[in-house]
Amino acid sequence: MKFIYQWWWKVLAVVVILYTLIAGLLINVPRLPIVHETIRNTYYHVPMWMAMFTVFTISVIYSIKYLGSSNPKHDLIAVECVNVGVFFFILGLVTGMIWAKYTWGEYWSNDPKQNSAAIAFLLYCAYLVLRNAIDEEQKRAKISAIYNIFAFPVMIVLIMVLPRMTDSLHPGNGGNPAFGKLDLDSKMRMILYPAFIAWSLFAVWIATLRYRIRLIEYKQNSLD
Amino acid sequence: MELINQTLTLLKKEILLEWRSKYAFNGVLLYVVSTVFVCYIAFNLSAGFTGSSGYPIVWNVLFWIIMLFASVNAIAKSFVQESRGRLLYYYSIASPQAIILSKIIYNMLLMALLSTLAILVYVVFFKNVVGDPLLYFASVIIGSISFSTVFTMISAIASKAGNNGTLMAILSFPVIIPVILILVRFSKNAMDGLDRSLNYGHIGALAAINAIVIATSLLLFPYLWRD
Repeated sequence: MKFIYQWWWKVLAVVVILYTLIAGLLINVPRLPIVHETIRNTYYHVPMWMAMFTVFTISVIYSIKYLGSSNPKHDLIAVECVNVGVFFFILGLVTGMIWAKYTWGEYWSNDPKQNSAAIAFLLYCAYLVLRNAIDEEQKRAKISAIYNIFAFPVMIVLIMVLPRMTDSLHPGNGGNPAFGKLDLDSKMRMILYPAFIAWSLFAVWIATLRYRIRLIEYKQNSLD
Repeated sequence: MELINQTLTLLKKEILLEWRSKYAFNGVLLYVVSTVFVCYIAFNLSAGFTGSSGYPIVWNVLFWIIMLFASVNAIAKSFVQESRGRLLYYYSIASPQAIILSKIIYNMLLMALLSTLAILVYVVFFKNVVGDPLLYFASVIIGSISFSTVFTMISAIASKAGNNGTLMAILSFPVIIPVILILVRFSKNAMDGLDRSLNYGHIGALAAINAIVIATSLLLFPYLWRD
């Protein structure tokens, strides 16, 4: 747990995010049909989902740990990671919707990928509602950890697997121009991959801050 | 071997209890019949509905929505009806895996029976437009099995959380939507009488989802069980 109190990776995250924000707007991009200049949204839209996956994965790991240890700190980490993940979920949806307005013509066009993302959003909202429904702390921690572990594979299926099984307007699905191996040139990778890592670190940073606040509250409320 | 024996004994007990009271069965059957009847009356307020071009789509989707709500109601009962003392007794005599397994199998049997009756009632009220009845029936049975596996674990979680009705719906609907999507596509293919080989992929996907859900239930239920 030393890692969350160190500062170097936070500085790294901020510097790299600034780099990707500026370079993403300035550096030349390949001109693909339909998407054209909106391809730059890759730098701002896809890293949101990467950040979300990172914190949700951490959350599941700590939920599994909680079932083994019954340590309330693990539960606090799990819930704060989900809170941050839901925030990045919303950012991912909104950046995608704004992009869709300019390329597909509608904010919401009944696309399988959009629908799956919305359902997965409901899944994590259900997790937060479940937490509110239970008063007793240990019981709440245990039951929500179980639901979190149950929900995670469903979320993976919804976002990663189902849209690929059907035709989708989304780039990379159903024969649309994608940012995959063939279309993504090396310049774009120079920005995209650092952006993945930097935004993931940034999300983890927010989660650790929230976790530390919760930890202080928890210590204040506990009897000693 | 121990697990199978315990599961079978618990399953026998579930069926015996249900046979004596017939509460869940009759309750849900009445629920399905009255929902179908309400839908029948409401849809037939507008004349020419059965002849309209969208009729087969509505026929299929409406059936699955009725089944969805019926199965949520049927399976939500499976853990609530057990009193605290009785649960404690099970815990002392059987392994948690045997308990969740017996509940899943019991719910599968119950839902398979109920959905068979439901589709019969549904066909009586809504003019039948199914092209391949045997395959459609297969989709109904597979659907009821999938509903049972998912909802049993969710109902265990919801029953531990106390507040039941809303929580059960909120927790289960996002999980069941992928299943419903596949089922609606599968049954629409059966309805249009398309070639059966088109549906192998759907059946495979549903089997995979069921396998994952049963595996996670078996892994997680022992933790949920302890109080």
